[in-house]
Amino acid sequence: MNFPTDLKYTKNDEWVRVEGNIGTVGITDYAQDQLSDIVFVEILVAVGDVVKQGDSCATVESVKAAADVYLPISGKVVAINEALPDTPEIINSDPYGAAWMVKLELSDPSELNGLMDAAAYQAAVESKG
Amino acid sequence: MYLPHTPAEREAMLKTIGVKSVADLFQDVPAAHRFPDLNLPPGMTEMEALSEMQELAFANSHTAEMVCFLGAGAYNHYVPAAVDAILRRGEFYTAYTPYQPELSQGTLQAIYDYQSLIVALTGMEVSNASHYDGATAVAEAVSMAHANFRGKRNQIVLSPALHPHYRQTVHTYHPGKSLIFLGEDIPAKAGPEALLPLLSENTALVVVQYPDFFGRLYDYTSLAQAVHNVGALLAVSINPIALGLFKAPGEFGADIVTGEGQPLGIPLSFGGPYLGIFATRKEYVRKMAGRLVGETVDNRGQRAYVLTLTAREQHIRREKATSNICTNQGLMALASAVYLSLLGKQGLRQVAELCYHKAHYAARNIAKVRGYKLWSTAPFFNEFVVRCPRPVEEINAHLLDHGILGGYDLGQDYPELKNHMLIAVTEVNSKQEIDFLVRVLKEVRHD
Repeated sequence: MNFPTDLKYTKNDEWVRVEGNIGTVGITDYAQDQLSDIVFVEILVAVGDVVKQGDSCATVESVKAAADVYLPISGKVVAINEALPDTPEIINSDPYGAAWMVKLELSDPSELNGLMDAAAYQAAVESKG
Repeated sequence: MYLPHTPAEREAMLKTIGVKSVADLFQDVPAAHRFPDLNLPPGMTEMEALSEMQELAFANSHTAEMVCFLGAGAYNHYVPAAVDAILRRGEFYTAYTPYQPELSQGTLQAIYDYQSLIVALTGMEVSNASHYDGATAVAEAVSMAHANFRGKRNQIVLSPALHPHYRQTVHTYHPGKSLIFLGEDIPAKAGPEALLPLLSENTALVVVQYPDFFGRLYDYTSLAQAVHNVGALLAVSINPIALGLFKAPGEFGADIVTGEGQPLGIPLSFGGPYLGIFATRKEYVRKMAGRLVGETVDNRGQRAYVLTLTAREQHIRREKATSNICTNQGLMALASAVYLSLLGKQGLRQVAELCYHKAHYAARNIAKVRGYKLWSTAPFFNEFVVRCPRPVEEINAHLLDHGILGGYDLGQDYPELKNHMLIAVTEVNSKQEIDFLVRVLKEVRHD
């Protein structure tokens, strides 16, 4: 299980990578592992949408479950991963890279303080068993 | 009363769960309500019960002993004997898709065949395992369109020529103010072009019927284009027999096709069970409600059937699912699959042609009777509206005296159609029966 140290994490198993005032969002290695083979993804936000922390931004469906992806941070959507719906399986193979979902221009960077770092998230995952 | 467990077995079960008596299991129910006086008649023997039920059954009239010209959504077609023979096989004789589905390969194959036949018939890309009936299938189409636009479009346009019961069911499924329904107050006589001014970027779905409730046939190609121009979806509620003869809705751009499957080998009965047809395009499959059977290969490379895309369904997606109903009419879907397989493409066309020609013969001859007039000049399939010289109720009472089940009284649903009767003709109506109807209608005029 991979927990990159340059990311911030939520307890719902999303990650955000912040570069300047842009945050990139996806789901974690643990999340894809729990879902197993992902067969479908639908991104529910569009470029230009103003969204809040906790809003649902995507739906991910595997052979055994469907899950919502919630935004770790608030902001304005500046990009969505258009290629992802055609290749949902890359969420399984590259959850922190090619399988990013949404890029946001952060409206409240202080929200990042409420998220977990890699060590805290890893501990949270391990405590789930 | 037949109880399968012996007293010893019951004793053992009680002991296992640590309860003294069966009565103790009900202690959560307040004592005063535990064994209420039900005021029931004394028990009957099987022989007595059968005799009473037969007496009730004989009080009814049925289409086998009458001449039937009543349709309005349910039609008196001939059901080949093989349909019932196959339905009654123990392996199939359940209304439900099994909860351990892959164990029942035969049931899944039957549903898969049904889905394949519906896809071919409607010109769509995917069909679910069916809904309860034509009315609930329309209501599911509304849910699906609403879910497809994630609630961002909240207007639903319902044609006034969509079956009034279907529209009522849609309103029952979707109470409250989250959806706005338009179109139902348009005059019944208007064609589909009357729906165009209602379209906007808030339109999620437009629902029309084909043939419409009054039997009229319209090519919805230009309506479909207009609906798609505003980014909305078009649902078409069909009579499946008509598709044996006329263009499939898939060809004129429908996004969803629903329909009442009863004409496909299912007998007429009050309250059903009937069959809700639901088909759509592949791009909407994840928003479609209901069960879906797919074909695959097992670990030995053999053909096998599975329930597929189940993550759409409410037991996995919970409150975010398009619908909380996944029940299908498994047995009725099987009946229609057997019916369609027996008839084949040519046979279905033949049934449709017989309906069409007999209905047109009836319409021509009724229109010749003084006092009766055809309401519409639009092309029609097997059903048409006649303006009558007297109240429909009165005419139907007279017809009934002659053993004829008359047409549907449209004044019940459309005030402007007082004294208008909707008459259905199918392949089972002989020329003699039609001539008899015309003769009796002539009599009524003189009453």
